[in-house]
Amino acid sequence: MTKKFNGAQILLKALQDEGVDTIFGYPGGAIIDIYHELVQTDINHILVRHEQGAVHAADGYARASGRTGVCLVTSGPGATNTVTGIATAYTDSIPVVILTGQVPTQMIGNDAFQEVDIVGITRPCTKHNYLVTRIEDLARTIREAFYIAGSGRPGPVLVDLPKDIMKQLAPYRPVGEISLKSYQPTYRPNIKQLQKVVGLIKKAKKPIIVSGGGVILSGASEELTKFVKTVYAPITSTLMGLGGFPTDHELWMGMIGMHGTYRANMSSADCDLLIAVGVRFDDRVTGKTESFASQAKIVHIDIDPTSIRKNVPVAIPVVGDCKTTLSLLNGLLEKEDFKDIRDAREPWVTRINEWKATKKLAYEQKDIIKPQYVIEKFYELTKGQAIITTEVGQNQMWAAQYYHFDRPNSFLTSGGLGSMGFGLPAAIGAQVACPDRVVADIAGDGSIQMNIQELATAVQFRLPIKLIILNNSYLGMVRQWQELFYGKRYACTDMQHAPDFMKLAEAYGAVGLKACHPDEVEGVLKKGLDTNETVIMEFVIEREEGVYPMVPAGAPITEMLLV
Amino acid sequence: MSKDKQTRHVLSILVGNEPGVLSRIVGLFSGRGFNIKSLCVAETTEENVSRITLVTVGDMTILEQIKKQLNKLVNTIKVWDYTGMSFVNRDMALVRVRAKPDNRAEILRMADIFRSRVVDVGTEYYTLEVTGNEEKIAAFLDLLKPIGIKEIARTGTIALAREKQNKETLNGKN
Repeated sequence: MTKKFNGAQILLKALQDEGVDTIFGYPGGAIIDIYHELVQTDINHILVRHEQGAVHAADGYARASGRTGVCLVTSGPGATNTVTGIATAYTDSIPVVILTGQVPTQMIGNDAFQEVDIVGITRPCTKHNYLVTRIEDLARTIREAFYIAGSGRPGPVLVDLPKDIMKQLAPYRPVGEISLKSYQPTYRPNIKQLQKVVGLIKKAKKPIIVSGGGVILSGASEELTKFVKTVYAPITSTLMGLGGFPTDHELWMGMIGMHGTYRANMSSADCDLLIAVGVRFDDRVTGKTESFASQAKIVHIDIDPTSIRKNVPVAIPVVGDCKTTLSLLNGLLEKEDFKDIRDAREPWVTRINEWKATKKLAYEQKDIIKPQYVIEKFYELTKGQAIITTEVGQNQMWAAQYYHFDRPNSFLTSGGLGSMGFGLPAAIGAQVACPDRVVADIAGDGSIQMNIQELATAVQFRLPIKLIILNNSYLGMVRQWQELFYGKRYACTDMQHAPDFMKLAEAYGAVGLKACHPDEVEGVLKKGLDTNETVIMEFVIEREEGVYPMVPAGAPITEMLLV
Repeated sequence: MSKDKQTRHVLSILVGNEPGVLSRIVGLFSGRGFNIKSLCVAETTEENVSRITLVTVGDMTILEQIKKQLNKLVNTIKVWDYTGMSFVNRDMALVRVRAKPDNRAEILRMADIFRSRVVDVGTEYYTLEVTGNEEKIAAFLDLLKPIGIKEIARTGTIALAREKQNKETLNGKN
C-alpha cells in the first residue's frame, strides 16, 4: 500500500522539493496543523511579529538571494495583514509565495471566525493565486505557484490552504517539470528586432541606456556592462536598477528621474536613441511623458509585453528576458565594426561630462549632521559591499544617491509601491539569506516606526542588522513637498513625539548608538559595524534638509530644482 | 501616449475554466479603467475551456494594453481582436410585449419581418425571441416600444471569425 501523508506533510514535502530552506511566518488556528509538522522538518522558520513583516522579509530574502521567498500566515487577519507586503512585491516583480490558512472548506462562505476571501482580496495584487479545495491538487498547486512566481516577470503568488485539507490523507508524488498551456513567458527575443536595434546603435550620435529592475531580476549585470562598453553609450538607471552597473565607470551617469542626477535627466531630453532595458517607465522616472526623450527613438527591452508602449511611445519593442536579449545583442555587435565608435561619441560624452562638472550631487557638512554625510561615510566604511534596505521617503532617496551600488541584489527598496515599513523586515530577510554580508536598513524616524516590532525578530534570531535612523523629527519627504509646493504649511508632518530610540533598542535587547554632532558620525558607524548584534544607530540630522535635485510631480524631468 | 479615435472592438478570449477566471478578467477591466460594453461567457467543446466574447471601446493604445493585459493573465489561453477581421456576430433578446387583441396581428407581422419567434403566449403578453446584430435588435425594440414592452432580457454579443480569412489576421496572441 502506498504510504499516505496528511495535507500539512504533503505541503512541506512539496516546499522541500522546491528547495525551500526558510519560511517567514506567524502561527494561528487555521495553520496549526502546518506548524505542527513544520517543526519536525529541517526548514528554518523565522517567527516575525506581524504578518506584514513576514511578506517583506520573504521579499527581502528573494531580492538579496535571487531565490523565491516564502511566508506562512493564518486565515482572516493574518491573511489581510499580508496585503501591503504582497502589493509591494507585485509592483517590484519579486518572486514570493504566500501561504495563507483558510477555514475548513465546508465553512467557506459562512462568515466563519477568521474567515476572509483572501483570494478575492489579492487577485489584483498577485501574479496569480489559488484556493486549494482538494488534497489531490495540493502538490501540483505548490509546484505551479513556485513556477509562476519565479518565471517570466516574477511576482507574488498566493496559495490559500483550508484547514481540513491539511488534515486529509493522500499519497505524495513529486510533480516534476510542468508546463502551462496558457502561461508561456517569452525569454528569447525576435532576432529581426535585435538587428533593427543594431542598425539604430550604429546610426546614433547621442545614445543613452536606461537600465532597470529587470536587469537585476534576470541577473544581466555582466551582459549589460559588456553591452555598454561595446556601444560606448552613457548609462543611467532607475531606482530599481541600481547595482546593475558599476558606478565608478566613466559612462555611469547616476540615477534618472524625480531625484535623478542633472546629467542623467538632461541626457534623456537630448539623446537621439534611448535603449531601455528592463524598465517600465514609471511616472517617477519619466516626469511628464509628453516631453520625455522627445528627440529620441526608444528601444524597449522587457520580458513583459504590457510594460511596452504603456506609458511612452516605443520605436522598437523587444519582448524578451534582459539577460538573454543582451547576450544575443552582444553577439550581433561582435560582428560589427565599432573601432571608431569612441571618436564618434566623443562630443556627446563630453557634453555629459560638462553637465556633470557643473551640477553635481552636493551638500555641505557644517555644525549639524547631514544625512548625505552619514550615508557617504557608511559607504566608505563598508567599501560599498553592504546590502542596503531602505524605508520610503528622504532616507530612501539619499541612500540611492549617496551609497554607490556596484553589485546587483544589494539595494533592496520598495520602489514601485513605496511602502513605509519595508526596510527593517526586508533587512531581516536579506540577513537570513546572506549571513556573511553587512546588512543595513537606512531609515527615517517616521517610517521605522511602521514595522518597529520586527526588532524583536532580529534580536531573537541574532541577526546583526545595522539600523541607521536618520532622525529629523519630520515625515521628511512630505514636509519637503509642503515646503516647496504648499507654502511651508507643515500639515501633520512634525513628528517630534517619537520614542527614545536608545531606550527602545535596550528594551528590545538590541544595541543603541547615537550621534548628535558630525564629529561623532564616524565613531558611531565604526562601532555599529563592529557590533555582532542587532544595532540601532541614530543620527540626529539637520531637520529641514531636502533631497535634491527634485523634479516637481508631473513636470518634465529636465525641470529640476537644484537647491 | 497620444489619444486616438475611440473605436468599438469585439474581443474573443479563450480561458482555462478555473474558479475566479471571470473575476480576474472583469477585475482587470475595472482596475485599469477599461470599458466593458458587453460580456458573454460559456463553455466550449473542449473540457475546461471557456470562450468569453467581450465588446470594448477605446483608442489603439488602450486596445493594445487591453489585449496584452488579457494575455498576461495566467488563465488566458488566447485572445483575438475581431475588429478588422471578417467575423459573424449575434446578440439575442427575449422581449415580453403587451398583446391586446387588436395588436396581436401586428406583433406577429413584425416578428415575421425580423425573423423573430414567439416563445411564450399568455393572456396579456407575448414573449418574442430575436437574434441578430446590435443594430437589428435595437431596431426591433424601437418598433415594439409603442405597443408596450413589459420587460426584456438581452445577451451581449457573441462572435466567431469567418473561416475564410486573410492568414495574417488569424494569428491571435498579439
